[in-house]
Amino acid sequence: MDFLQPRSWSDALAAKTNRPDAQPLAGGTDVLVDLNFDRHRPAALLDLGRIGELAGWSRDDDALRLGAGLTYTIAAAELVDDLPGLAMAARTVGSPQIRNRGTIGGNLGSASPAGDAHPPLLAAGAEVELASAAGSRRVPIREFFLGPKRNALAPDELIAAVLVPRATGPQQFAKVGTRNAMVIAVCSFALALHPDHQRVGTGIGSAGPVPLVADDAECFCEGALAESDLWSTRAAIEESTRRRFGELVAAAARPIDDVRGSAAYRSHALSVLAARALGWAWADYRRS
Amino acid sequence: MQLHCKVNGEPREADGVWEGESLLYVLRERLGLPGSKNACEQGECGSCSVYLDGTLVCACLVAAGQAEGARIETVEGLADGDILHPVQQAYVAAGAVQCGFCTPGLIMATHDLLRRISAPTDVAIREALAGNLCRCTGYEKILDAVRMAAANARVGE
Ligand SMILES: Cc1cc2nc3c(=O)[nH]c(=O)nc-3n(C[C@H](O)[C@H](O)[C@H](O)COP(=O)(O)OP(=O)(O)OC[C@H]3O[C@@H](n4cnc5c(N)ncnc54)[C@H](O)[C@@H]3O)c2cc1C
Ligand code: FES
Ligand code: FES
Repeated sequence: MDFLQPRSWSDALAAKTNRPDAQPLAGGTDVLVDLNFDRHRPAALLDLGRIGELAGWSRDDDALRLGAGLTYTIAAAELVDDLPGLAMAARTVGSPQIRNRGTIGGNLGSASPAGDAHPPLLAAGAEVELASAAGSRRVPIREFFLGPKRNALAPDELIAAVLVPRATGPQQFAKVGTRNAMVIAVCSFALALHPDHQRVGTGIGSAGPVPLVADDAECFCEGALAESDLWSTRAAIEESTRRRFGELVAAAARPIDDVRGSAAYRSHALSVLAARALGWAWADYRRS
Repeated sequence: MQLHCKVNGEPREADGVWEGESLLYVLRERLGLPGSKNACEQGECGSCSVYLDGTLVCACLVAAGQAEGARIETVEGLADGDILHPVQQAYVAAGAVQCGFCTPGLIMATHDLLRRISAPTDVAIREALAGNLCRCTGYEKILDAVRMAAANARVGE
């Protein structure tokens, strides 16, 4: 097995072109588990840990650029105002040790339906920037996930960054698991209110072959808010509206029975999480 | 590869290292530092916790090649000769050590917590230790040890 350790982004892209069989290695919190258990031994590892361009995040007006190497620890500490949904999700990942190493790019690279970064990025309308030596392209995040642990990366491409608009309204993230730490989600839900466009964004985790968006629930909620002019009056949302929103979120999921939970439990839990998340986010909006 | 890193302040080298083996394996099997424990090799138990360039990580999830040139501090580096580090002393005094297998990782996680938050709430303690499993103590004595270490450090300031 070869170990490639480029020092710059252009060297990394060149290495991936020359060695499309090389597996990228960021925080290693997924890759090392496979290596330690001899589940998968790639022909080469491509360590991205020394590439400064990938670390951290930046803001240009209202556009955020999250480097693929952004760790959960940094996301949780620094994105509380600009992307609160992702900051909340990051806080729920693993343990301090895992959050110190695990990255957003690694979460997207693994493309697990349960990845906690995915729902808030879906709700916020993110794009993934993929790059190769030949150039780069932007993929809307909903088109990035192709199946369980499969994504839109071509063999010569690497994830460069996630591009996402800065939050203009409240965001929420909620996750069900057996304890408050160190759990893979049984199911999860993220919500983003976009008052500037009078839009509502959703993201569902761990309840389908890929992370999902609840289109019908978004439309329903936008319609209900517009109909009663709630964006401007900031009046309370009807309990029945929140419940219906939850039902439509659950209806958008395609859960299965597995060791972590049954499909029926996941659907029920999602409807509860979504109704609550809408309640919390709307309460934040009314206060804002 | 030949691996070079600084472990507990000393430059160290190891020959014949496979870049894909874990830093935990390097520490235990190649550098003779068995303080960091191997209980799961999948990031779940925290017993292999060390500082990598000053950041608390699970050594089992760091590839040896990633540690080239790095600065590593292990539990062996905390004591000053025969004098235990105050966090270690608190674990002994509080009766937080039974079989002791989880202890090195918990000591490191506690050390990391207290350098970030000198007077942590119980919630902060639980959150900081969430990635460290103990099969013996039931955690109450461990919480006592962390509170004691925090209080002693504040007295010492
Ligand atoms: C104990 C434990 C607890 C965990 N808890 C959670 C949790 O609560 N929630 C959660 O979502 N996940 C969790 N995980 C999984 C893991 O931490 C996350 O998926 C994390 O985001 C992976 O990031 P990484 O940097 O460690 O990725 P790595 O392991 O380095 O890589 C993961 C995958 O992404 C690819 N990759 C990495 N970077 C790039 C790039 N720039 N371009 C292209 N491909 C790339 C790699 O080739 C690999 O396929 C947990 C893992 C452990 C061990
Ligand atoms: S051995 Fe590393 S976390 Fe368990
Ligand atoms: S003292 Fe035995 S595992 Fe913690």
